[in-house]
Amino acid sequence: MSDTTMPPAPARTTPARGFALPRVSGSAIVMTLYLVFLLTPIYWLFNMSLKTNQEILSTFSLWPREVTFENYMTILTDPSWYMGYVNSMIYVVMNMVISVTVALPAAYAFSRYTFMGDKHLFFWLLTNRMAPPAVFALPFFQLYSSIGLFDTHIAVALAHCLFNVPLAVWILEGFMRGVPKEIDETAYIDGYSFPRFFVRIFMPLIASGIGVAAFFCFMFSWVELLLSRTLTSVNAKPIAATMTRTVSASGMDWGVLAAAGVLTIVPGALVIYFVRNYIAKGFALGRV
Amino acid sequence: MTLALEAVTRTAGAVTHIHPTSIELRNGTMNVLLGPTLSGKTSLMRLMAGLDRPTSGRVLWQGKDVTGMRVQDRGVAMVYQQFINYPSMSVYDNIASPLRLARCKPDEIDRRVRASAEMMKLTPMLQRKPLELSGGQQQRCALARALVKGAELVLLDEPLANLDYKLREELRVEIPKIFEASGAIFVYATTEPEEALLLGGNTATLWEGRITQFGPTPEVYRRPVDATTARAFSDPPMNFLKISKTGNRLLFGRGQSLAATGRLGELSDGRYMAGFRPNHLEVHRHTPDAMIFTPKIDVTEITGSETFLHLDHHGEKWVGVVHGVHDLTLGQPIEVFLDPAHIYVFAEDGPLVVPAAYAMAA
Repeated sequence: MSDTTMPPAPARTTPARGFALPRVSGSAIVMTLYLVFLLTPIYWLFNMSLKTNQEILSTFSLWPREVTFENYMTILTDPSWYMGYVNSMIYVVMNMVISVTVALPAAYAFSRYTFMGDKHLFFWLLTNRMAPPAVFALPFFQLYSSIGLFDTHIAVALAHCLFNVPLAVWILEGFMRGVPKEIDETAYIDGYSFPRFFVRIFMPLIASGIGVAAFFCFMFSWVELLLSRTLTSVNAKPIAATMTRTVSASGMDWGVLAAAGVLTIVPGALVIYFVRNYIAKGFALGRV
Repeated sequence: MTLALEAVTRTAGAVTHIHPTSIELRNGTMNVLLGPTLSGKTSLMRLMAGLDRPTSGRVLWQGKDVTGMRVQDRGVAMVYQQFINYPSMSVYDNIASPLRLARCKPDEIDRRVRASAEMMKLTPMLQRKPLELSGGQQQRCALARALVKGAELVLLDEPLANLDYKLREELRVEIPKIFEASGAIFVYATTEPEEALLLGGNTATLWEGRITQFGPTPEVYRRPVDATTARAFSDPPMNFLKISKTGNRLLFGRGQSLAATGRLGELSDGRYMAGFRPNHLEVHRHTPDAMIFTPKIDVTEITGSETFLHLDHHGEKWVGVVHGVHDLTLGQPIEVFLDPAHIYVFAEDGPLVVPAAYAMAA
């Protein structure tokens, strides 16, 4: 509020009217409206999750008249609900680990060496992301069914690699390009072997890149519904699929669904907190 | 006990970085690679270090063929123009890392790290991260890491180029001292003739991927073997002037002439190129038999105590460095003088024919 310490700008004073309106800047109004619109659905979800089904269906209320944690209790005690989270977590983490592990050497090769067709290959990697997942649902389903991978966590994790490995390669390559090649050479001259250099010197240098790549893998894998629903039935059923399938269980369990929605947002919000400073660079695929 | 390159070449695709080059560096010598940007200094160093494999030719270390040997097994140290340290480690760990990899004992590591940190004036910064240091300190950290190893071949690739003037002078004094204490082969790449002269030792002048001359630094400076070397080993570059000799007269400029005396008199008749260093051009006559030119002034630069004259002598571009500040009008002709004792005579295709008389006397 520097306005109070600085002489007011002539254009903004209104002495002629004889009274002073509380000064509200236009940008503050826009920002407030923006935040309200942005947060309304999330608030409504949260609002619903604390209501009883009866209240949700019978009255319109901006906040719960009768706060209940019953919905959350249902989710946290019923295995058919909470196993959805566990399954999602398992394949998301598997996917993150596989994607980053595979992408690290690939990105290093792209950033440090020139080889035949490297530019084409690098571009082709990204085109993998341009096909809708639905295209791959059928081949994956048939393939995994025939080799006995259907309804396993690794099946979903591997399927998501199709989209996440190229993305991780692109992000990591961008970060690695920012590290001068002379560091590699200095390390070799100092006597580091390649694996040791990579783990001890190089990975700490691109730690933020690894974090961002892992986050993007998480983001895609966590929200992806089509492949994960197609490739699972019971044992590896993800939470998103659980949510869509409960719709017709006993009528419509609005409150529980809302609570599940809130719980689904939480991990994403937590993860994004850790990489908040690098997200923009990640969206630019590591290139600034 | 040497590092020898035997007819090494390096090509990348269609581009030749190093033409066949042979050079032998003796143990315990300071060797300067002097040449302009892109003349192949770094390429040559990378071949010496083993970072690149020569396209052809051999690298011999103490008489043993080390061509293609992994750089990890070579026992070399290198410092780059950019300040290269391991950002995630403290200065102490940076300096200690080559010793740890060589599996030294912890107390020996500690002793050597502290000794080289002391030498590089880094003792108060040992616990900091390299990126928290100033540029000069970062480069000193890189130097300390290179020196702590006790490598027998130390390659310094324009280590001072990215530093500011004051720090550069400071380190330029320190480096020869460190070198003397170590007894290793030092190779120092630079673009600045002045730096080569200050470091002493031997100098190899490079031009477009070839070593044009290799020898003791003052020797190379005073008696460059050809016009290319002379041009490279002079800052600003050496000026050239077409001359010809008939009988006992030297003809130059537009019909001017001069009696050919001394060694100049022994030249056979014909056309030559005369070279002279910018600082030998004078605006006042000091010797009675000085050559007189009247070139036009293109640009003048005043650096405080000296004036740089950029001159146009019938299409030949010259630079003169004269003492004092001179107020001159651009575009006007000016009378400048040159003592014939300062003239190097080169054959038209480059090789030195007669060195300057002053260089012979020195």
